[in-house]
Formats: sequence, structure tokens, C-alpha cells
Amino acid sequence: MPMIINGHQAPVPTDARVSLLDFLREHLELYGSKKGCNQGACGACTVLVDGERVLSCLALAVQYEDREVTTIEGLSSDGALHPLQQAFIDHDGFQCGYCTPGQICSAIGMIEELRRGVPSYVTDDLTAVDVVFGHDELRERMSGNLCRCGAYNGIVDAITDVYAEQGA
Amino acid sequence: MIELTYARAADADDAVRRAADGPGRYIGGGTNLVDLMRETVETPSALVDVTGLSREIAPTADGGLMIGAAARNTAVAEHEAVRSGYPMLARAIVAGASAQIRNMATVGGNLLQRTRCTYFYDTDGSRCNKRTPGEGCDAIEGFNRVHAILGTSAACVATHPSDMCVALAALDAVVHVRSVSGERTVQLCDLHRLPEDRPDIETVLEDGELITAVELPAPNRAECSTYRKVRDRSSYAFALVSVAAALELDGDSIVGARLALGGVAPKPWRARRAEELLHAQPATEDTFLRAADAELADARPLAGNAFKVDLARRTLAAVLQQLTEGARS
Repeated sequence: MPMIINGHQAPVPTDARVSLLDFLREHLELYGSKKGCNQGACGACTVLVDGERVLSCLALAVQYEDREVTTIEGLSSDGALHPLQQAFIDHDGFQCGYCTPGQICSAIGMIEELRRGVPSYVTDDLTAVDVVFGHDELRERMSGNLCRCGAYNGIVDAITDVYAEQGA
Repeated sequence: MIELTYARAADADDAVRRAADGPGRYIGGGTNLVDLMRETVETPSALVDVTGLSREIAPTADGGLMIGAAARNTAVAEHEAVRSGYPMLARAIVAGASAQIRNMATVGGNLLQRTRCTYFYDTDGSRCNKRTPGEGCDAIEGFNRVHAILGTSAACVATHPSDMCVALAALDAVVHVRSVSGERTVQLCDLHRLPEDRPDIETVLEDGELITAVELPAPNRAECSTYRKVRDRSSYAFALVSVAAALELDGDSIVGARLALGGVAPKPWRARRAEELLHAQPATEDTFLRAADAELADARPLAGNAFKVDLARRTLAAVLQQLTEGARS
């Protein structure tokens, strides 16, 4: 069965060694997802699989048959940017932009986790159904995405804005 | 080029049959194995994908919880029964890795992840007895700030990297294992071996044996418990020291304690000596420090990691103090 990438079907590679990241970039020419460390430390390769954020560099493409993969290229609709894409522009959430596709996919996944009530290491009350969202929660939950330019203030502002508008 | 075949197992029986056919590795989320393969630390010729195994998290007849080996780390941490009944486990899981990795990583894979010792990863430049038995260990005389202080040997000083396993050790979890010859169970505390002279043999599992589930005993609702991780940055780093602790008090007296340490040993370190010393003692800082000292009496620090002895001592005492104050409030 094929993989579904941004709504389009693609047969999974026959070579089991191909990572999901290399499959996206080298086979499908979707260069939005970035190869930073290629060892799961930086988050630049973050994509959404069935709505959950994962690291495509640590995933073998062959394991993702029949799954729905969304990359940064699949977030806009009819030419309109995803609210997080627009918020990153509005808040200067980047300088070089290399980490940005991963940051945005990660933030989308994080907002969904917050909706489900997934706890984090800084969540005080583990039994609470609703997470009390704030600066510490955001920083902890986004710690898997590094920004070497140090645009964190803009990134935090962009995500906080979008979460306030649509997340709660 | 290293040839690699791939097969997706339909269920546990299918997986163990496929593994029995030849040399191969089970793969779950891949968050550790893919990296090890890329670095050529591991060079399997066949992969058997076990993400199709049970991922169910269900109550057991005796009030415990059975967690399917393919359950993702996030799914365990967010499960209501884990959050309410086993808070130290939920906290340990979310202390580990990043959210993306927790969404990928399976419970079975977490148990079998391998050390992050940089000499183990450095296939080109370093000697490692875990990679090549008998070759020597460049960590013992090298940069060993993050290495183990308990349970080490002259052959290996690497730590076990898991946070989840530390909580599972304190919780007396039981690991369910299957092979073509049948099923058995192994106590989590007995799953990982100490390195001795064979650090390449990390667990008591035989070739082809597959972890199918982790079983938790019924929770002790009279306990307070938590997990604290101390690391070089506040998030997304491996533990220098971590503590999983559960404390049951009767007034100011300790009825029972369950303790395990991470970041300090080649396996999740159940601190039974400290537990015994705490039993029926007053819940005071003095008691906590004496228990920590007893547990750490056998510590053999290296040139770079002597600080871990004091860090483990103080973290253990601080966590017990936190639980005591929490129980009183």
C-alpha cells in the first residue's frame, strides 16, 4: 500500500534503508523538511504522521505504508498560509529559516497534544484533564526543536498567538 | 553496501517465526536502531517490524495494568490509568527524549535501547568492549563525565539511557517475552545484565526472544511517588542522575519506600539497600541521607564523574523530602 503525502499517494521505497526524510527530499523532491543533525537531536526534519509529530530522520520510510504524512508543503490551502506560517512571519519567528518547517510542524502537533491533555515534564497536576498552558509548558514541549539563530522569542510569540486563537 | 531485508510482522507469533528464520533485528519506532545502523554500530541484514504488535493498555485481573509492547511512549504517559495510578511512570516517560521521539518510540524498544556512550558510537576512532568484546574501553581513561558510578566493570562504564525503565524498576514491572519455544516472564529488575566481562550482552533475553508486554502490579494508593531528572540542560538531555521514588508514610514514620536510580549505572538501578534502611524510620532528612549513603557506598567514580556520587545523594534525599512534604500537605 502506498504512503499518502500531502494528499498524494506515493509508493514506499523498496530499499528498506531509506529514511522517511531522504524519501521526502531525494525521492519526492519535497525539500521543505530539513536535514539538520540526521540523528534525532535538532527537530529540523519534524513532519506530521496521521497528525502526530515525528522525526523523519529516525524513521524508515518502509515502515510508513498506508500512513498520512504532512510536510510543510502540505500546510497551506488554496494559496492561504497556515495560521502558524503567517504567525512566524508576523513575529519574526526565524532568521535563516532552516529550522522553521520543523518548528511549525512540531507546533501543530504540540497544539493537538495539548487538546488531548497529554502531560509534560513541567505539568504540575498529572490528573488534570486540561493542561494549564503557559511559557514553561511551551518551552518544555518544543524542546525537541532547536534554532541555532536563537529566534526563540519570536517562535514562542508566534505559537502562543496561534494557540490563544485556536488552541484553547 | 549492506543488504537489508524488511518484513512487517502481523502479530507476535508471526514476528518470532520470522526472527527464527535467520539473523535479524526487531524494529519498533526505530528511534535508536535507525541511528545505530546509520553509524554502523549495528549492521543487521534483516529487520522484522514489530510495530503491529499489541499496543493495548488494559487493566489486569489483579488490579494492575498490561501495556502492549508496541504502545507508544506518549500513549502510556497520557493514559488515565498511568497518570492516576503510576505517576512516577508518566513523569519518567515525559522526562525522556523529545515529544517527537516519544510519539515514535515503543515500550518494548525503550526497554532495549542501547547506551549513548559516545565511545560506543565512535566506530572509527574508539575502542569499545560493548561493540567489539575484548577490544578495550576508551571511556575509562577518557571523557567520562556522563558515565556510570555503580555496577561498572573493568570492561565497561556505560550507563543505561532510559528514564522509563527507572520507574518500571521501582514499580516491580514484569516483562512478558515470547519466542518460538513459548512464553515466559522476566522481572524488569532482572532484564538487564551488569557488564562484568561481557558488556556486549546487555539483557537476559535469548536470540529471537521478543518483548510482547510490560505488566504493572496494582498501584499502592497509599504511596506518594514521583520522578526527578537532573541533567545539563532543563529539557531534552540524558540524565546525569535521576530518581524514581515512592514513599508510604504513617504519620512521621516510613512504612515503605521504593527507589530506583537512572544515569548512574549500566542498568536501571533499584536501590534496595536504601529502601531497607528507610523502613520503619522517621521521615527526616538525616534518614534520607543515610539511606542514600548506604546505596552509594559501593560507588566507583571515574576521574570525570565523581560529582555524580554527591549529586545522586542529594537528589535522592531531596526527592524523598519532597514526597514527605507532599504527603503532609
